[in-house]
Amino acid sequence: MILRAEEWDALALSLKVSFWAVVISLPLAIVVAWLLARREFPGKALLSALVHVPLVLPPVVTGYLLLLTFGRNGAVGRWMEDTLGLVLAFRWTGAVLAAAIMGFPLIVRAIRLAIEAVDPRLEDAASTLGAPPVARFFLVTFPLIIPGILAGAVLGFAKAIGEFGATITFVANIPGETQTLPSAVYSFLQVPGAEGSAMRLVVLSLCVAIGAVLVSEWLSRRVAERIGRS
Amino acid sequence: MTLRARLSHSFASFDLDVELEVPPGVTAVFGPSGSGKTTIINMIAGLVQPDQGRVHLGDDILLDICANTCVPPHKRRMGYVFQDGRLFPHLSVARNIRFGARFAGLGALAQEADVIDLLGIGPLMDRLPGKLSGGERQRVALARALLSSPRMLLMDEPLAALDGPRKDEVLPYLEALRNETDLPILYVSHAIDEVARLAGHLILLHQGRIQMQGPTAKLLSEPGALPYVGLREAGSILTAQVVEHDPDGLTQLDVSGAKLVLPGVSVEEGETLVIRVLAQDVLISLEYPKGLSSRNIMAVTITDIHKGDGPGVVTTLQLGEQSLLARITARAAEELNLRPGLTCFAIIKATTVPRSSIGRAKAVTS
Repeated sequence: MILRAEEWDALALSLKVSFWAVVISLPLAIVVAWLLARREFPGKALLSALVHVPLVLPPVVTGYLLLLTFGRNGAVGRWMEDTLGLVLAFRWTGAVLAAAIMGFPLIVRAIRLAIEAVDPRLEDAASTLGAPPVARFFLVTFPLIIPGILAGAVLGFAKAIGEFGATITFVANIPGETQTLPSAVYSFLQVPGAEGSAMRLVVLSLCVAIGAVLVSEWLSRRVAERIGRS
Repeated sequence: MTLRARLSHSFASFDLDVELEVPPGVTAVFGPSGSGKTTIINMIAGLVQPDQGRVHLGDDILLDICANTCVPPHKRRMGYVFQDGRLFPHLSVARNIRFGARFAGLGALAQEADVIDLLGIGPLMDRLPGKLSGGERQRVALARALLSSPRMLLMDEPLAALDGPRKDEVLPYLEALRNETDLPILYVSHAIDEVARLAGHLILLHQGRIQMQGPTAKLLSEPGALPYVGLREAGSILTAQVVEHDPDGLTQLDVSGAKLVLPGVSVEEGETLVIRVLAQDVLISLEYPKGLSSRNIMAVTITDIHKGDGPGVVTTLQLGEQSLLARITARAAEELNLRPGLTCFAIIKATTVPRSSIGRAKAVTS
């Protein structure tokens, strides 16, 4: 399948945005997943709701809220521009933030399930062997949930590739800067005679999505096997 | 080093309130499921915090609720062997047993070769826990606890998850460990045969309270302990020397001067054994029986006849300086006119003593 330059741009941008979205959300997702799986604290229900709300909120609403907060006139957006020199609105970096937030609930969920599948009594065993809490996490829990983390990352990546509503609202649809795969498909569909381009990108999106779900399933099975053979 | 603990805690169904002392050697806590055994061990390990209590190991204070002191489990240096092994599934046997050394300092692995040898796990080092049998898993768990340079060992029914043959496979290793180490060992179990073989000191726990405690052999021969041990499990512990192995597979033993013949003894001649003989496997005869199939007939003196609620009585028989329990019916006791001070004969059927009830003694005298 031969792609044209702007189609390549859209694919390359989507991959870049999705990669960074996963990279920045993973550490936080692990912490949040661990809190939700293993700790009781006031406000736990609120944290859980906050994490999951992008799943049910119309993406366009999420995008608009991002624009209000992280836009150049938004409170956080202005502060970031003044102190860090980082502008998110209408830039590919903003697309990363939008994709990260939309994928976050999926990543947290996969990792939380993996943590819950680890017998907490293994951590007790580690503590009687002298391991302090941080070492218990990194030597016992973490290695056992690696497949879950990878599964979450794959899902988050797939979600980021497909993200459209929040992205187009927050960072618009600028070719070469913020035009990701779905935005490009949308644009091609608006132009008479560009159905060929749209179709090629549609097939591409399908491949990425199906591939991601298959890889994620396989990794989930790995985690089950790994914990099942204790 | 001796552990002293006083623990009290309220549960929905009962209150735990115990005070115990664990000197070097094996101290067993015996009780039915739900009597609070595992809770006690978890409190000593620091995995569960009691409402009230204190735990001292030697001069170290590990827990004192009143003084608001609670040393977290990873700083207590208690080797804990769990009922289910709890090996780390992602680590090989070698990495499992070295897990604790990372935190215990360099010296911890000094005895690694000895421990591997003692527990016979050398050939397993590269395997993952999922590829081990139940018995192997418990031996590895034991090695892992030992190599974390613990100051005492806690064992929570380490054999309960194993079937008969696996249990027989691991028990000799536990005996060997007991004979090699000076650590205080707290051994929790609801299997009296394990307790009888391993523990020098026995604590009988029921509904969160200590009902009786004392030297194992003495306590198990005590009719008052029967309600807690269970009538079916009632039995006495005899110490015996191996005299000679006969070619037909039987072994002659010496029990305080009396001769006992048992099958299935694999220990060297001259060594000392502890044997648990169930009270229900002992018969009493007023005269020396003739034409009887049993070869184990010993002259004994009745010291006590204990009547319970049921139709049976438990008689305590003096055999040299040792005690033997016999459970017979009250009617038989009456018809034979059994009474303390009477000399009679105790009969033990050789094949009723299971292999698992024959263990090596700690003090080896030849």
